[in-house]
Amino acid sequence: MIRINGLRKTYRGRGGDVAAVAGVDLTVRAGEVFGVLGRSGAGKSTLLRCVNMLERPDAGTITVDGVDLAGLSETGLRTARQRIGMIHQHFALLSSRTAAGNVSFPLEVMGMPRRQRADRVAELLDLVGLRDRAGAYPAQLSGGQKQRVGIARALAGEPKVLLSDEATSALDPDTTGSILALLRDLNQRLGLTILLITHEMEVVKRICDSVAIMSDGVITEAGPVHELLAKPDSALARGIFRLGPPPVLDDATIVDVTVVGDGSLISAVARAHDVDVRILDGSVETLAGGRAGRLRLALPGSPASNAAALDQLRASAVAVEVHP
Amino acid sequence: MTWSEMVPLLWEATKESAYMVLVATLLTAVGGLLVGVALVLTDRGGLLALRPVNALLGLIVNIGRSLPFIILLVAIIPFTRAVVGTTIGTSAAIVPLTVGAIPFYARIVETAIREVNRDVVAAARAMGASRREIVVKVLLREARPGLVAGLTITVVALVGYSAMAGVVGGGGLGDLAIRYGYQRFETEVMIATVVLLVVFVQLAQMLGDLVARRLSHR
Repeated sequence: MIRINGLRKTYRGRGGDVAAVAGVDLTVRAGEVFGVLGRSGAGKSTLLRCVNMLERPDAGTITVDGVDLAGLSETGLRTARQRIGMIHQHFALLSSRTAAGNVSFPLEVMGMPRRQRADRVAELLDLVGLRDRAGAYPAQLSGGQKQRVGIARALAGEPKVLLSDEATSALDPDTTGSILALLRDLNQRLGLTILLITHEMEVVKRICDSVAIMSDGVITEAGPVHELLAKPDSALARGIFRLGPPPVLDDATIVDVTVVGDGSLISAVARAHDVDVRILDGSVETLAGGRAGRLRLALPGSPASNAAALDQLRASAVAVEVHP
Repeated sequence: MTWSEMVPLLWEATKESAYMVLVATLLTAVGGLLVGVALVLTDRGGLLALRPVNALLGLIVNIGRSLPFIILLVAIIPFTRAVVGTTIGTSAAIVPLTVGAIPFYARIVETAIREVNRDVVAAARAMGASRREIVVKVLLREARPGLVAGLTITVVALVGYSAMAGVVGGGGLGDLAIRYGYQRFETEVMIATVVLLVVFVQLAQMLGDLVARRLSHR
């Protein structure tokens, strides 16, 4: 749905040029929630703003739903943008318009007749659960309600793609949860493809199907969340499963086992090989794609003496890492 | 001077002042908005970035702002003649009043528009809005409370400028105060005109505040 190739964007500043995006390739599949995770200054905001050409890239191509955006004229680009929704960290609502007025704005830009507009606005506010606040001005709304207006506005043009620029970063944890739930719901009900950028691991955990980790203008790791978790050296997995450094134990094998979904893996291994499995550390998370966890186990004896047990773990877990 | 002599003078002068200030305000509002919007759009990073145009426009505005009004009044007499066909009278005074107030209001417009949240402009662009839509529906609309408050300041400044209109025979309350109150030592006339001017300014300020408050939803 979104294909980014060789994207580069450099800002010329007083202290020299800064490559905000230094060569990024990315593919977002139709119907998925794709998260770009990174610290502030990693270039993810620039990356997102290049997707709808708010920033003109210096090099590279961007294709959204089969249309090469860089090749469009100003008019063509405006039409294309009407089909790409965007929500913002600080909501970016018009303070002089009511909730309904804000949702109406993109419809006016699209040239929809007034009478149709009123119906469509009501429909959109319904979709985000804000019908009763239609006449309220942004200053009278809470942060979560403002973002709901932002989402309704972004969906006005029936976009296939929604871009989210840190949409929950200005919200408290409870409100963040409800906005993420709404986004997930819209993703599933409308088949909406969502490309979001965030610095919060929580957002990735709760709604992302795929993720890319960005730092210093490049993507260091990308792929479906469950695939990345299966890699022992994945920075995403280390970020989600926060295990400390392994302890030093005499005459024991320390092993990190990553599991997805439910199962009685550990008791099965303990029974089959008659070993006392100790759990030293562990982290189990509920993710968008299901439950996943990483457990640090200690088996008595050397790795060589536990070879059979380790083989069984390797056969059933998505990733097994034996500490030397 | 008796009360019955004074009233017709005051009434006439009030009408002249009101006429000059109202017409000049309307023309200034239009001109100031155009110049102010142009200053913002042509600036670096603006929607129509054109640095040379911006620099030239800024220079013209600054020249207009730095000339003392009394000098401007006399200096543009040929221009006034070209526009209204005469260089004396109330209508002739409106030309320099407008020319003097447009740069003043243009800078206020520029400042008010710069206060509009940049995110909102970016959001409008992301929704596919055209430049015209962004100017009309976002910049001017969001800046409305500031534009009205700025126009109120401009009206009050125009009341002050209009006192000098007597130089070109424009009449008005200020002129009355100078000719009767100051030059002929008619203290009652002086006091009466000053009171009327205060009322004038007070009314303008109250109306401006009311409208600005109505328009603000922050």
